[in-house]
This record gives sequence, C-alpha cells and structure tokens, in this order.
Amino acid sequence: MDSGQLLLVAAAGVLLVAAVAQTAAAGLVQPRAALAFGALIALGELLRLALPGDREAAPIASTGALGYALLLRVGGAPAVQPALQVAAVTAIGMIVGALPHLAAGRPAGTAGMACRLLAVAFVAAAFRPIANLAIISRHVWLSVAVMAVLIVAGWLAECAIRALIRADALRARFGVSLSDELRVQLPLGAAVGACAVLIALAAEAMGLVALALLIAPLLVTQTAFRRYAGIRSTYLQTVAALARVTEVGGYVEDGHSRRVGRLAIAVGRELGMSEPELLNLEYAALMHDIGQLSLAQPIPGGATVLTSPADQRRIAGLGASVIEQAGVLDQVAEIVRCQSLPWRGGPAEPPVGSRIIRAANAFDDLVGGSADRDRSAAALEQLRLDTAAEYDPGVVEALSKVTDRCYLGRR
Amino acid sequence: MPRLSRAAWLYMAIVVLAAASVFVHVLVPGLDWDVDWDPTAGLAQILLVLAILFLICDSTPATLTSRQSAWSPSSSAALAAVVLLGPGGAAAVGAMSLLSLRRGGLRERAFNGAMNALSAFAAGEAYLALGGQVGVPKPGWFPAAVLPFAVAAAVHVAVNHGLLWGMLLLLPPPGPGPQRGRLDRHLPLLLASDLGYATLGLLIAALWDLVGPFAAVLVLVPLFVARWAMGQFAAQEAAYSATMAALCQAVETKDLYTRGHSERVSRGATMLAREIGMGAERVAAIRYAGMLHDVGKLGVPTTVLQKTGPLTEEELAAIQLHPMRGLEIVRQIGFLTEALDGIMHHHERVDGQGYPMGLAGDEIPEFARVIAVADAFDSMTSARSYRGARRIGEAVAELRKWSGSQFDPVLVDAFITALHREGWESHPAGLPAGFSGQVAAQDHDDPTAPLRVVESR
Repeated sequence: MDSGQLLLVAAAGVLLVAAVAQTAAAGLVQPRAALAFGALIALGELLRLALPGDREAAPIASTGALGYALLLRVGGAPAVQPALQVAAVTAIGMIVGALPHLAAGRPAGTAGMACRLLAVAFVAAAFRPIANLAIISRHVWLSVAVMAVLIVAGWLAECAIRALIRADALRARFGVSLSDELRVQLPLGAAVGACAVLIALAAEAMGLVALALLIAPLLVTQTAFRRYAGIRSTYLQTVAALARVTEVGGYVEDGHSRRVGRLAIAVGRELGMSEPELLNLEYAALMHDIGQLSLAQPIPGGATVLTSPADQRRIAGLGASVIEQAGVLDQVAEIVRCQSLPWRGGPAEPPVGSRIIRAANAFDDLVGGSADRDRSAAALEQLRLDTAAEYDPGVVEALSKVTDRCYLGRR
Repeated sequence: MPRLSRAAWLYMAIVVLAAASVFVHVLVPGLDWDVDWDPTAGLAQILLVLAILFLICDSTPATLTSRQSAWSPSSSAALAAVVLLGPGGAAAVGAMSLLSLRRGGLRERAFNGAMNALSAFAAGEAYLALGGQVGVPKPGWFPAAVLPFAVAAAVHVAVNHGLLWGMLLLLPPPGPGPQRGRLDRHLPLLLASDLGYATLGLLIAALWDLVGPFAAVLVLVPLFVARWAMGQFAAQEAAYSATMAALCQAVETKDLYTRGHSERVSRGATMLAREIGMGAERVAAIRYAGMLHDVGKLGVPTTVLQKTGPLTEEELAAIQLHPMRGLEIVRQIGFLTEALDGIMHHHERVDGQGYPMGLAGDEIPEFARVIAVADAFDSMTSARSYRGARRIGEAVAELRKWSGSQFDPVLVDAFITALHREGWESHPAGLPAGFSGQVAAQDHDDPTAPLRVVESR
C-alpha cells in the first residue's frame, strides 16, 4: 500500500472511530431503519463488482448508504439519524460485508471501502442537518434538487480521490486519470445516484420494504456490469494467449509479446494516453508480430529489428490484415500496420501507438528478457542515435524513464 | 423478418385475436374498470405517462443477438400500470408496442403489441386475484401489496417469454448451422433482468402520490444504465468472437488445405454438444475449444507439417505433442477447465491408442470426445493434397467404421442424427488457382490415412 492509500485509509479510520464512539455514546436513533440499511450495505459490500481497468465498486452498498444519508421519512415518521450515525452504520455494514471476502482469502479492498465511506460521510454531513427543516421536508421538489446536487458533488469528490490514488500508483497524469475515472464511473454512478434518491423517496411512501424492492433491479444492473467486465478481461487474456503462438511457433523469442505489451503500456501512460487508447495500444503490442505467422520460415531469432525495412513493412501489413479480419479492431490494425514506418521521412507520421510499439519492440529485440542494466542502457543509446529518423525522441525518452524506474524498483 | 410458415401465421393470428378479445372484454362493459380511483389523479394523465415510458423503453432495446431477442426494460411501465390502472389499462400500455419506434414491419409490431398486451393483462388479473388494490397507492397499502405484485411480475415474465418462445420455435432458423442456441445462452440473464426491472414498476406506482410522473424519470436512469451495460456486454462478446476467429484463421495461414478447419470443427462440436443436451455455458465453452483445438500445431516445425515422405520417430513425436502445445498457449485464458481438457485430449482414442496420454473410454473428457468426432469428420470431408474431399455419405460411413475404436459410439450416432437435420457446409474442394505456396502432404486428423512412420532400424 502506498502513501496516498495509507492517508485515505487513516482518514476513514479516524472517521470510523469518531462515528462509532459518538453513536455509542448518544445511543442508536431509530434502530430498525439503521439495521435495515446496515444489512443492505453489508449485502452490497459482499457483492462487489470488478470494473474495467482493475477497479472495484460496490454499487448496492453505495446506493444503500446514500439512501440512508438522504432519508427524509420512514413511512410517516421523520427520519432523525445524525450524520455520524449514518457514517457509523455505513462503516459497520461495510466491514461486516467485507469479512466474507477476507475469509475467502480475497483482498479486503480497504482503500475502496474508505473511499466510499468518505463520500457517503460527506453527503450525510451536508444533508442530515437540513433534512428535518420544514422547507426541505415540505417541498418534495426542493429536497430532490438538493439531493441531486449533493450526490453529484459526492461522486465528483470520490472520483477525484480515486484518480489521485491511481495516478500515484500507476504514475499516470492526474488529469488523464481523472477523466478516465469519470468516464468509467459515470454509468454506474448515475444508476447509484438515481437509485439512492428512489430509495429515500420510496422509504417515505412505502416504509422499509422499499429497500427489499430496490435490491432486485440493482442486482440486475450489477450482473450486466459483471458480465461486461468479465468478457472484457477474457478478451484481453485470449489476445495475450493467442499472441503467444508466435513464440510457441519459434517465430519470436519467449515472452517477447508480453514484454513489449508491458513496456508499451508504461510508455503510453508516461505520455499521457487515456485508458481506451491504452487498451488499443495493449492489443496492438500483443499482436504486433502476428504477421510473422504468414512467413514460411521464421526469421532467425525472430528479431524484426534486424530485417530489411521492406520485410518489416510486409510483416506489419500481413499482421494488420489479420487483425482487420476481425472487423472490430480497426484502430489496432492501423497501429500494427504503421509500426514499421520510421518516425520521419515516411509517407505520413505514424500514430503515436505505432511509434511506441516500434521503439518498445526494438528495445526488446536488443535487450530480450535480460535484466542487465548495461545492456538496457546500450540499447537505449542505440535507439537515441536513431531518433533523427527512425524513433520518436519523445517516445525514446519516455522509454528510458520507464526502464530506469523498473531497475530502481527491482533493487 | 423471414418468411413465415403456415403454423407461424396461425400462431400469430391466435395471439393477436386473443389480445383483441381482451380489449373488447375490457371496453364493452362501458369503461367499468373496477377501479376505485381518485378523480383528481387523472386517469388519462397516468395512462399517457406510462404509455410514453413504455414507448421510450421499447424503442431503444439493447440487441443481445442477431435474433429478435432484443431486450428492453419496458415491462416496468406495464407493471406500474397493473397497480395504477388495473388489467385493462396495463393491456393498453402493453399494446403500445404497436407504435414502437423500433424498425420492424407491421407483422412484427402486431405480434409484439398483442404479446405485451396479453402479458400485461394476465399480470393485472393475477394481481387482482391475489387481493391487490388498484389505484394510486397510499402508504397503508404496503407491505401487503408486495406479494400480489411479485406474483403479477412473475406472471408477466412467464407469459411474455412463453409467447415469444413459441414464435421463435415456429420461425425458420436464420441461416444454416447451430444458431438456435444463441438465444438460450442469454435466457437466464434475460429472465432475471425482466423480473428485476418489473419491481421498478411497483416503485413507480408507489411514488406516484409523492412525485407523480417524476418517478418514471428516476426509474429510467438505472434502466438505461442496465441497458447500456447489456449492450456493451453483447458488443464485447461479438467483438471477442470475431477476434478469436480472425486469430485462429491466422494460425491456419500456414496451410491452405486446412483453412477454415477450426471454424468448421467449432461448428460441428457445437452442433454435437447441443444434440447431446449440453448446457448453454458448456456449449459456449466447446465452441471456443473447437476453434482453438489445433492451435498447438504452430509449435510443430513447418518442415514436418509439409513433409511428403514417411515421418521419423522424432517428427511423429513432434506432431503428437501439438495438443500439449495448444494447452500451453490457451492455459492462461479464463475458460472452463473442460475446454482446456478438450484441447489437450482431442486426439485420444476410445480404445486407448491415442495421444498424448493414451486415455481410454470414459477416462477421456467429454469435450475431447466431442471435438474428436467433429475434427475427423471435417478432415475427411475436406480436400487434401493426397486425395479429394470425401462426400458426406462416405465420411459418415468412415465415422461408423471407427465408432467404438477411435470414437465414442454414442457421440457418433448423435453426430449423424444432428448432421441429417442441420446439414454440413464442407470446405470447397481444391486449391485456389495460382496458389504456389506449400501444402501439407499428410493430415494427422484424417483417420483414413494414418501418418506414415519410417520403420525403426
């Protein structure tokens, strides 16, 4: 766990202790509602959801907690739980829901929980003091508007925290991280926000049975998301696996496509590429040598950097046409096709993805799986000498930073 | 829409007539809808809002497959009408499918409208029968209204899918080959989501007193998010299949004779798997396993694959290693383990003479036995450099001949049954004109021409 995450967890921990202590001292207000919402939050935390890009969400838990923060009345009676009680119920519900994950040996996801808890605490702190003012509780439209504004603000804050942590962990730029985060979280965030308002209103009209009713549609949304995330990761695994046929076939060195993939991603991130661009880059990097399958005889050593430019172009073109066959990865095919073009002096400037793969591929062809730092420095030097025409100097500099970091990390 | 058979026409006519009779039954007694509703609530307004909600949901479906099984969350509007308006009003909301902005001919609209009207009406009647109250709900109605509503939702889903399923059975399958099961693969998710979103109908009804039509707006947000996610899922899945097929084709480019082999084996294995009643998940897995079964051939040197004379012991060993190589490649994909077993063991023989492990009978995983049959059949019905393509009849006879020694007899019978029903699209014979590349002189999949091996010294 790095420093950003530690700070976040510490803040959530302080909040947890203060909320539980205060609630224990003052006594639990309206225990039935607290119990019902706590149970919903625990269930939601149990049913966590993996989102694309190695993210985790607990939409049902978030909905329940936000609904509890925004509650106006249960049945006919006004809801009077203070903000700290909302935080305490949310925190305890989350911890209870996380216990089975721990028991099953899965990661506890503490940072994610801390993030969700802080966002809910923010909304509760802003809304609970005004929830029982006559102007809010009498005017349903005003209350809905206030709820909507608070939910959006809480969501933005949560995304910003997540983006900060991610930018820190992956060494991406904060602006890029934030827009990635907002894009990925927007659909689910909208559903969670709308359902939270629905829960708050429905609990007023129907009593606590509304909670049970909303579980079903939330579960469906969650299932659809889970399948979506699942097929996406299988997709990537399959491309990575099938890209390995060039290795098994003796066309390229063992582990070459995976290493080029990793390097290309790191360089792309260093250059501030967004997540969808990085995904295309990763596909292209994994499949960049697929055109070699069409060769009758493998290139000695598989190193395309040592073949003639005409052959390189032919292999890249063959690979691109294989990928085009799929009909859905046209951008990836374009990146693969242009990887053989020099940075300058070609017919057109190749896309940045192609320039990255060209440099990463050359680097790996020269260094291979070796962890020798001198060899890597020599390879980088060779790439630098060619930056006049062959390799994009910006990409080579990013590559040098990325590999440096890699050696620092290894020590 | 494809041409309809006579039975399909008859079925459609019955459904439409039944729906029409519901409307006659509701309207003729003079708008007596047994509804004890508050005149200020505005029946017409409720009907209008729900009809619009229904139309919005119905007009923007998420396509799950190429078939008509587009999924839309419109059931929540119909079920809100069950509570707010009663069976007659619910049927009227359901009939809105007639006006759907979705592309489609009059026949399709008529059938969808009738189907949705009937299922909404049935749900409304079920709700009334269990003591549900009709009108704008008051706080005192809950939680008593939940049970009749849950039953109404279940009835709605059951009638809706029952009627649709009947129609799909009567429609001709689109194109040859095993397309039929694709709908079934999504069915559990489809049923669950319909049921889940039906409960939003009760929420719309319950919130009517408090926020009126705004409840419908709030409900639309999660509905559309779910729709979006389902659409993404379907799109990703289609992209995944296409990419996999393209990569498999790339693997085959080494040898023109085996072009399309993986694709056809995949189809054959899927057909056979359905014939023996495998579940949807397993059928999906075997489809991919069939496609990837020979991926390990890439690890066999081209010189060995293209050798014309008898093979040395080492060369034979290299060929016999290809299932293991294949396993090595696909192991990191998050498949069912069964699919991996299928790839690894597809050259085992029931009599134990196969490779790589020499398993016999039931020791061989079912996936592997299925793929073995489809694999050999496609090899025999495709042209090879040393022989032309066999006709389907000859290949069937060969399958029978090796049944019990090389192949599982039960699977051979099932394959032949399925073959007679669905037909087989075999590889176009011969090489394209002007092809000058090298081709394999032997085929390790061909049971009628075993690999020739040099006699040991």
